[in-house]
Amino acid sequence: MIDKKTLEHIARLARLQISDEEAQAYSDQLGKALGHFEQIAKINTAGVEPLVTPTEIEAYWREDVVAQEYSAEEMTANAPERAGNLFKVPPVV
Amino acid sequence: MDLTFASISEIAEAVQSRKLSAVEAVSHFQKRIDSLDGRLNSFIAKNEHALKDAEAIDARIARGENVGVLAGVPFGIKDMFCTKGLKTTAGSKILENFIPPYDATAVARLKNAGAIVMGKLNQDEFAMGSSNETSYFGAVKNPWNLDCVPGGSSGGSAAAQAARLVAGTVGTDTGGSIRQPASFCGIVGVKPTYGRISRYGIIAFASSLDQAGPMVSTVRDAALTLEVMCGFDPHDSTTSQKNVPAWSKNLDADMKGLKVGLIKEYMRGSLHPDVQKTVDNSIETLKKLGAEIVEISVPMTEFAVPVYYLVCASEASSNLARYDGVKYGYRASFKNLSAVELEEFYGRTRGEGFGSEVKRRIMLGTYCLSSGYYDAYYNKAGQVRRLMTNQYLEAFKKCDVILSPVTTAPAFKIGERISDPLAMYLNDIFTTSTNLAGLPGMSVPFGMSQEGLPIGVQLTASHFEEQKMLNVALALENASSVKGQKPHVV
Repeated sequence: MIDKKTLEHIARLARLQISDEEAQAYSDQLGKALGHFEQIAKINTAGVEPLVTPTEIEAYWREDVVAQEYSAEEMTANAPERAGNLFKVPPVV
Repeated sequence: MDLTFASISEIAEAVQSRKLSAVEAVSHFQKRIDSLDGRLNSFIAKNEHALKDAEAIDARIARGENVGVLAGVPFGIKDMFCTKGLKTTAGSKILENFIPPYDATAVARLKNAGAIVMGKLNQDEFAMGSSNETSYFGAVKNPWNLDCVPGGSSGGSAAAQAARLVAGTVGTDTGGSIRQPASFCGIVGVKPTYGRISRYGIIAFASSLDQAGPMVSTVRDAALTLEVMCGFDPHDSTTSQKNVPAWSKNLDADMKGLKVGLIKEYMRGSLHPDVQKTVDNSIETLKKLGAEIVEISVPMTEFAVPVYYLVCASEASSNLARYDGVKYGYRASFKNLSAVELEEFYGRTRGEGFGSEVKRRIMLGTYCLSSGYYDAYYNKAGQVRRLMTNQYLEAFKKCDVILSPVTTAPAFKIGERISDPLAMYLNDIFTTSTNLAGLPGMSVPFGMSQEGLPIGVQLTASHFEEQKMLNVALALENASSVKGQKPHVV
């Protein structure tokens, strides 16, 4: 179980508005999943560097040149609301 | 030529040599989609320009051009791949009306080789699921038994291919999403080494695990399609600069002297008797063909599911932060935008736009990455991931490929597991470790359950050793007793 307060905190961090019903279900389900996942705590990993990218990657160098592959029109065409080529958002200042 | 069951190379050769037009090929499969997909729900969107695209291919061939190894071959594309001008949803309400301004590199490569995009295939929302039941566009049915799931997350690809609504499909695999549905639907599904195929334009789920790959009917078709899809891409710095071998030309079913490893730790679990029988038969077959069976140990695979879910949820919570209702995708409706608090704006947009499994994983990932828990979960998972990868690389010193089940049981019934997320996660016990270690893996059909559901065998090779895995798959395919069996929907 993850308590209600923790769950609400996590939902807020994730910017997810969830209903009380969802909160109840998630607190049970996440608690159960994390309870199962905690078994990795017993593995001795002292001094082990965490692995992020699983294959070795050669560095790729390129010239730093300006490119324009798309127009502003194309890049804003999917916006839910826009004014010309600008995205419309709620007040942020 | 029976177009429905023709191989990819047969169709491409016929189109290139003008024995068949691309328009004929496209029309044939369009008719199949129109008459059969109502029962399967494998397509989210159809490409209305497919016939025009086919005409363009035919015109180029008439001018004497060599179009490519996929000339005129009708392909279905999982809806995780961006397709220029064609709706791309990732199976989510939040991207319900998204029309990408560009093609994913993998799609561009298929098109450059002459393939025709027929449409976009259904999937679990953001590829999060093992049954295709989390799609905003409804569950997909398994063509072998319409009451069963096709597997997931690439369930639409597997179902469409098994029912031959297209000649080839592509999917993505973050923890088994190509191999598990391939097994459930009796097709060949390949996830190459991490870095082989560009992730550019593939909607991001868990970036250190995501890989694309072919989901087709034969090993040869898989090798050919894989060659087209793989290769370095300046748009994805994690793609490998290694040469892409001519896998399809180098296929070799000679198993003499080849070492096939069996993971000791996998033998403890209880398998469905039909899966056990399929795996046992595949081992016997390879022995008869001259392969040597060796026991290997990868003890950390015991922790594959916990490590996988901690890593994928953490990466997903970060990747899916981009869905903010501003640049593209769903936005909650507000009466007066200028009076809305930003946090309310994001919260409602995301709360309404994402489905429950996606929200569950974002919450799980946010929790794992939050202050006070990062070391115990995300960091610890990364450490175990390294130990597991090292054990795999050690094991591959003793064998050429590893053979294992794909899943513990054949396809399950729709609705049977969806209410218990942890039970659903545990489905992925045999597939997730391959992604964690970045290894190539595939499923090849080799058995059939008593109830008539296909069962695949999983093959895994060391990094960039796809050829070995494809060779063993070819040997199994040649010896398979289920080859040629067709689902009743077909």
